[in-house]
Amino acid sequence: MKTFTYERAESPAQAAAAALSRPGARFIAGGTNLLDLMKLQIETPAHLIDVNRLELDKIEATNEGGLRIGALVRNTDLAADKRVRRDYAVLSRALLAGASGQLRNKATTAGNLLQRTRCPYFYDTTKPCNKRKPGTGCAAMKGISRNLAIMGTSDACIATHPSDMAVAMRLLDATVDTVAPNGTKRSIPIADFHRLPGDRPEVESALAPGELILSVTLPKPIGGTHIYRKVRDRASYAFALVSVAAVFTPDKGGRFAFGGLAPKPWRVDAADAAAAQGAKAVAEAALSGARTTRDNAFKKDLTARTLASIFAEARA
Amino acid sequence: MTVGNFGVVTRRTVLGASAAACATSAIPRAQAATPAKGDDAMVPVALRINGKDHHLTLDPRTTLLDTLREHLRLTGTKKGCDHGQCGACTVIVEGRRINSCLTLAVMHDGEEVTTIEGLGSPEKLHPMQKAFVVHDGYQCGYCTPGQICSAVAVLDEIEAGIPSHVTHDLNNVAFSDEEVRERMSGNICRCAAYSNIIAAIRDVAGEDKA
Amino acid sequence: MKFDQPATINPIDRGKVVGIPHDRIDGPAKVTGSAPYAYERHDVAPNAAYGWIVGSAIAKGSIKSIDSRDALAAPGVLAVVTHENAGPLGKGSMNTAHLLGGPKIEHYDQALALVVAQTLEQARDAAKLVRIDYAQEAGKFVLTAEKDTAVKPPAGFGGDPDSAVGDFAGAFGKAAVKIDRTYTTPDHSHAMMEPHATTAAWLGGRLTLWTSNQMIAWAVKEMALTLKMKREDIHVMSPYIGGGFGSKLFVRADAVLAALGARAAGRPVKVALARPQIPNNTTHRPATIQRIRIGADRNGVIDAIGHECWSGDLPGGSPETGAMQTRLLYGGKNRMTAHRLATLDLPEGNAMRAPGEAVGLLALEIAMDELAEACSVDPVELRIRNDVQYDPEAGPGRPFSSRKLVECLRQGADRFGWAKRNPTPGQMRDGRWLVGMGMAVAFRNNLVGKSGARVKVDGKGGVIVETDMTDIGTGSYTIIAQTAAEMLGVPLEAVQVRLGDSKFPESSGSGGQWGANSSTAGVYAACVAARGILAQKAGFNADDATFEDGMIKSGGRSVPLKQAAGREGVSAEDSMEYGDLDKAYAQATFGAHFCEVGVDMHTGETRVRRMGGAFAAGRILNPKSARSQVIGAMTMGVGSALMEELIVDPRFGYFVNHDMAEYQVPVHADIPDQDVLFVEELDDKSSPMKAKGIGELGICGAGAAVANAVYNACGVRIRDYPLTLDKILRGLPEPAFA
Repeated sequence: MKTFTYERAESPAQAAAAALSRPGARFIAGGTNLLDLMKLQIETPAHLIDVNRLELDKIEATNEGGLRIGALVRNTDLAADKRVRRDYAVLSRALLAGASGQLRNKATTAGNLLQRTRCPYFYDTTKPCNKRKPGTGCAAMKGISRNLAIMGTSDACIATHPSDMAVAMRLLDATVDTVAPNGTKRSIPIADFHRLPGDRPEVESALAPGELILSVTLPKPIGGTHIYRKVRDRASYAFALVSVAAVFTPDKGGRFAFGGLAPKPWRVDAADAAAAQGAKAVAEAALSGARTTRDNAFKKDLTARTLASIFAEARA
Repeated sequence: MTVGNFGVVTRRTVLGASAAACATSAIPRAQAATPAKGDDAMVPVALRINGKDHHLTLDPRTTLLDTLREHLRLTGTKKGCDHGQCGACTVIVEGRRINSCLTLAVMHDGEEVTTIEGLGSPEKLHPMQKAFVVHDGYQCGYCTPGQICSAVAVLDEIEAGIPSHVTHDLNNVAFSDEEVRERMSGNICRCAAYSNIIAAIRDVAGEDKA
Repeated sequence: MKFDQPATINPIDRGKVVGIPHDRIDGPAKVTGSAPYAYERHDVAPNAAYGWIVGSAIAKGSIKSIDSRDALAAPGVLAVVTHENAGPLGKGSMNTAHLLGGPKIEHYDQALALVVAQTLEQARDAAKLVRIDYAQEAGKFVLTAEKDTAVKPPAGFGGDPDSAVGDFAGAFGKAAVKIDRTYTTPDHSHAMMEPHATTAAWLGGRLTLWTSNQMIAWAVKEMALTLKMKREDIHVMSPYIGGGFGSKLFVRADAVLAALGARAAGRPVKVALARPQIPNNTTHRPATIQRIRIGADRNGVIDAIGHECWSGDLPGGSPETGAMQTRLLYGGKNRMTAHRLATLDLPEGNAMRAPGEAVGLLALEIAMDELAEACSVDPVELRIRNDVQYDPEAGPGRPFSSRKLVECLRQGADRFGWAKRNPTPGQMRDGRWLVGMGMAVAFRNNLVGKSGARVKVDGKGGVIVETDMTDIGTGSYTIIAQTAAEMLGVPLEAVQVRLGDSKFPESSGSGGQWGANSSTAGVYAACVAARGILAQKAGFNADDATFEDGMIKSGGRSVPLKQAAGREGVSAEDSMEYGDLDKAYAQATFGAHFCEVGVDMHTGETRVRRMGGAFAAGRILNPKSARSQVIGAMTMGVGSALMEELIVDPRFGYFVNHDMAEYQVPVHADIPDQDVLFVEELDDKSSPMKAKGIGELGICGAGAAVANAVYNACGVRIRDYPLTLDKILRGLPEPAFA
């Protein structure tokens, strides 16, 4: 861990302004991902802005009938919130499928969205990685890639986004509310929040320098049967090989988002549109254009089979 | 009776002797920033650990885990991986279990920490510690303090109605072996005393219901 | 004391303390966090500086240059140790690669430097400033690619690497039923919870190490060789060890570099390996390729059995002896085994819990399942039909000292409800889960080793046992106390046990599941010596005296133990040595594993639903801690079956998944309740304790029981471990798409 200076932010606007004015500044909230990476010098911020004392830890009803989730709401609290359990069960389920009880007690809503990939080469500073060190190449593409992405990849990067929560947020059409260093606020649809790697895999989100997440807003509940299925090698405390978030509506409609497949929570309009035609059609639409490696080609079959399983569950 | 951190009153006195210290800390927070200069910028940090106040001056890079182990010599909290992958460093901060390796001490300025040393001593074991001995819920002993801190907090979480990955009805949370196994999965035991740890927790949970 | 005749009745047979499931005496220290591990010795080294290891970024080659100037200039840095300034170093006889590399680099993450600083944060940061310019060389990293270059290794720990009896090829060719299959097991990581760690301090030319090590006397010897010192100038202490499983049999880089760092910094230094360094810096269980051929009649009775095992290691390394158990486990007149060793430039392969059997049985016990199916014989019955009460290579002239495999099979099957198994795969469903049962035999050779102890009885009747034996979670503290209490007729609470100090008598140490039986036998010997002195002081003939209830009794007269010990106390030291009973008798431990799994019909995820077994390992010294050893080992077997694999990247020559997030081991949610039955057995040829090892038996075969259950559940036979869902999916039928 390189040395850094530390400050505790007193207000969101001050935090954002400080982040812009201090070279190499990073916000820290839960720290469960950032400190992991700082110990390995994958992240080397010169200045840490601790946002934990900002009062962004509330979950409030919106005028539109949805929920505004403060950026600092811990994963445990979000999953346990009675309104979330009742109206957005897929989000509770996704959160509870992630990490461990200890990590969920610490990890925040905003931090979870900004989690970085678990690609093993990203984690090894002695190896090429375009995401960690732009221009050095991608060791994963011809390397060990069983856990890596088959959708939305580029010639520069095949990393996956590791979050479970973000997959459910994507399914629910959440928006990410931010404040810029100049005080401007905006809302970013989650579909646009995470970037695909293209030739800039180091740029992972739509956030501008210094821009601070204030909250994540969920639109009003959509009802239906909520399912989050996470497939992994061990029964708990593991990242997804594939995960599927789904909401089935009584009219045979449905919507689907996927984790473990892509550099961002993966959702395809055509897959939602195919809901009435069943799991196979949804899988074909969702996986259109897949680029697989020898190691991760199984994810296509696994995704289709997982969809078959949750269709069976939803219709049981 | 203690007021848990999950907004519900629990009857479990998980923190044993130090339970009384669970109320919001009264120690004033230290200055909130390092000077904007070079490498030797140290930060003042105040922590209440196992009911006792500590005022420290730390390199801001110091994790809560290393603060406990190296600065305060509370070595009961273990470093198994230092990356949030094993749970050996689990402690209870402000009533909640966390991985002390993945948090900076300075981020907890003014907060209340309970470590394994705060739960009990060899002469006066916490009920969970005693149950681990009776059920042989350990072998090498290295993950054990983390398992015990986690186990104590898990019973609180179940009582507070926090659901888990295996909760069938999200609105109906109840103790079961399956629930405990899932909730304890962030604490790896390579010796694999898992069956015995579950038995110990079951034992304590049963006692509490009686 | 020498054990060269079968044991007769002795005080241990009373079973008042030994054999009772006592709570561990070190339990309160462990559950309160007050047991001090190697990195936690503020009590004895309060001013220790912090060392951080710099590992090699290449797998093979050499250092062209190493530049420590920036690191040395960094805040708080006290010293940087490299091969250039470490002084002349020898190499321990038990390590294949050097613990401080350079200029030659033998494997990825081999330690090349140690940065010592005032604080951990400073040392870790400055370690990144050591600049190393490498000359990289091509290496060999893939066992399958090097298999054909593998050679017969020299005779090693397990004896001759090859064996042949009868006419294997002829008999196999003529057999009515033939199994000829190849299985693979990947590299495994011990992944014990406590990283390798050492605190080192010098006083003049004398070195003190507080370390985490299974074998104290070996550690002294190896450190002396490495640092070119006299053994008597090295003091090693390891009272608590946070797991080892073989990874701490030999000193590692933490010990050598802590010593060098402390010398360079002029103050105590402590060093722990960072978790992500461990898989590549230390040892691992090597991958194997195993070909098994079994020829049997239509009833499944084996006439020919052959087992070949290929593995790889660094030059000068040793093979994984995966075929060894096949020399002893099943009958059959015509037999062959062979081990072949390829040269690989991966990190050093070495012992991990039950070396040989752990992977050998992963293969052999699937082959037996395949034979059972081919013959339409129940898998349990098949094992019973092929049981043999003597060493099948040597013939009836070398019987087993005791072998209760059939009892384990029958009793284990009964308890588990094996009769409910449907032999046809894929027939049982529970919702979306395909359910199946599998079983496998557990076999682990029994090893004994010389072990010494010192026993002191004080004037208050208190007993202190000292030996350099270690407790790596195995329960040594408790069974040693039980042994001394039984021998001297005192309550368990009267006994204090001091372990893991090189100033104490040399013991067997912990490894190869020899520790419990050997070390307690050593304590037995010391207690016999103490009894002799005490009886004499009480005016008795030692042979006639009984020690019980704190009294020494003989001929109607009794004298309190404390009175006999007197104010000055009594101290006695002896060790147990062994004759050739292990040559006259084959000695091994046996068991039977049973497992029920569910395989998700859609995703291929496998979850263990039930697991149980029956085991025979001589006298069970403490059924509580012995059971823990077995369930822990069974769990490690589940790991090897379902998830554990160090994945080699052949371009860089290293294990890619080198932390605990990526190298997955079972968590709580993976492991159901486990049932363990100990089949009653006393082995009078093994030691006066009539015990055998139990620490490793539980892993042997456990993974194969899981694999066989997976086959029974879903009909997919996988011969390449681990049985991850991607492999299962290849064989599962397409699900109904709603």
